[in-house]
Amino acid sequence: MSKLFSAGILSLATLTVHAADVPPEGKRIFDQWCWSCHGPGPDKPGTLGLDAKYGGTLPALLEERRDLNPALVKYFVRNGIYMMTPFRKTEITDAQLEALAAYLSRPKP
Amino acid sequence: MSMRAPPNVTLKVFQEALRGLESTVGKSWVFTSDADTALYKDAYSPFFGEAEERWASAAVAPSTVDEVRQVMRIANQHRIPIYPISTGRNLGYGGSAPVYSGSVVLDLKRMNRILEVNETNATCLVEPGVSYFDMYRHIREHKLKLWIDCPDPGWGSLIGNALDRGNGYTMSPYRDHFGAHCGMEVVLADGDLVRTGMGALPGAQTWQQFKYGFGPWIDGLFSQGNLGVVTKMGFWLMPEPDAFRSGTVALYKEADLFKLVDIIAHLEAAKIMTATTRVESPLLYGAFKAPPPAPELVKLREQGPTVEELEAYASRTDTPYWSVILRFYGSAKLTAAQWEYAQEKFSVIPGARFRDGDFYEFPLSDAAAEQIMDKAPLGIPSLEAFSMGGRSAMNPNPSQGHIWFSPIVPMSGEAVRECDRVFRQAFKEWGVNPLGLPLPQLYNERTFFQIYGFPITHDPQTNRKNRETFRRMIKLAAEHGWGEYRTAPAFMDDIMDVYSFNDHALRRTCERLKDALDPHGILAAGRYGIWPKHLRNDRHE
Repeated sequence: MSKLFSAGILSLATLTVHAADVPPEGKRIFDQWCWSCHGPGPDKPGTLGLDAKYGGTLPALLEERRDLNPALVKYFVRNGIYMMTPFRKTEITDAQLEALAAYLSRPKP
Repeated sequence: MSMRAPPNVTLKVFQEALRGLESTVGKSWVFTSDADTALYKDAYSPFFGEAEERWASAAVAPSTVDEVRQVMRIANQHRIPIYPISTGRNLGYGGSAPVYSGSVVLDLKRMNRILEVNETNATCLVEPGVSYFDMYRHIREHKLKLWIDCPDPGWGSLIGNALDRGNGYTMSPYRDHFGAHCGMEVVLADGDLVRTGMGALPGAQTWQQFKYGFGPWIDGLFSQGNLGVVTKMGFWLMPEPDAFRSGTVALYKEADLFKLVDIIAHLEAAKIMTATTRVESPLLYGAFKAPPPAPELVKLREQGPTVEELEAYASRTDTPYWSVILRFYGSAKLTAAQWEYAQEKFSVIPGARFRDGDFYEFPLSDAAAEQIMDKAPLGIPSLEAFSMGGRSAMNPNPSQGHIWFSPIVPMSGEAVRECDRVFRQAFKEWGVNPLGLPLPQLYNERTFFQIYGFPITHDPQTNRKNRETFRRMIKLAAEHGWGEYRTAPAFMDDIMDVYSFNDHALRRTCERLKDALDPHGILAAGRYGIWPKHLRNDRHE
């Protein structure tokens, strides 16, 4: 049987999920734009890079870092570093960047 | 903040045009500040920090086809150069920067609708802002029995990559991204709107199923070109197979290369092995992603060994002179039969050894898919490719990006050996050492891509030297009948220059089309070496 899907902007945000499962905006942006480089696993270049850079003195995973602040996050997203490119405002808007920066800088238990 | 107008446009006219753009797409989607336009630089520019580094005077981001048409009308009226990008992630090939500095970038990222996916027919229709990640997520979320074919980085646009004639890693014909498209919608430079193939028939039921429609098939004019802004494109998707299997063939004599390539060519053309692959030489270069070579091998390589010495080492240490991974899609039984047949074919080469590789059955759970290290041949998008050149335990000095030189060479052992010899000798004479996977990659079904890489640095002198080497390679390759398939803006004119049959008849024809369809020469000037009339004297950096 054919499944035909028409029209509509499709992104993680349009999924039908229970309210309790909806991640906060910052986490959603991280998963959409950052996770493929900065998630866990040996095929994530950002994680490999930070692991090599800090040699275990800081967590290689951005989501586990306790020393990030919003200005720093925003700087790297808009300026990039080495192989990491800057992100345009059509990719991550200023409002989304605020949410992402807040998410990565949130106090951790 | 100092606003810069495009070349040959007064600030007053530019500001008037910008007001028109703002009323078309909304003020928040027209970018003019230095900080915002800096985001449209080529992040992997070989001109970093030099005067030739491409810059955008502004960017405009429409969300509908009607807005794109209106943007083009305004640009025509005010003679504003426009440069369209899809997701702007064409890194190594220009990224989000215009070829002609000062152009207004037409950023189509907001047009990110997946308009249709037909599971039974394995087709889709998308807008330019849809990335491989987007389409993969859509397929997973709706549990469709379909695969995408993605290039190395998954954040590229299906449309942008196809128009740049990029390649992926699953089965042919899906991995030829332009070849796998079916139907386009295009906004022309004057704002007119065209649908190609069956799309020209109002109410057509088969726009994404039958490529050709009626009359001349003009889709090719919009790939690697500058005659229109593609706003919709259809693709054929790969039905999810029941199973995937891989196996490695290892050969130990230098002369085995010839039969190896002949057999690969046969398996590919006969559709027995339909996946992409790469000829590797663990002995000469190390296998892709392999651990560092043994000290004895390093020493042997350095001393300029004879073929006999290399073969003796290969045989004694079980280090293949040549190896190739074969990948098969089908069912458990079908792929087992394909692998068995391939082994029979390779068994005519004395000493050939075989090793079973991965085997997967589908569908995979998200967790199982994530565990797979070599994702692209399974149609799973990732950004793993950026670990090449990125910082890691093996590479403490990361680069700032990369560009690739990839001439198309015949699929024959003779051509592979000759290409390797010619460039190896040239590098020695020139005193350079490009990065490399200096052995052929099978993307296209009948040829090899011989891929050489250059790192991008923030040292202009190094970049200049690499550009010089790149240009010498273009000429040297052309002298041997090998030509590039795709390139970064820095080299588009150089490469178009060597496609020179009959006094550059290809370029002259494209220029005649350009003059007819874009008389004011506002659209993507210089892209792939095609310049509008008023800029033809400005070729080259």
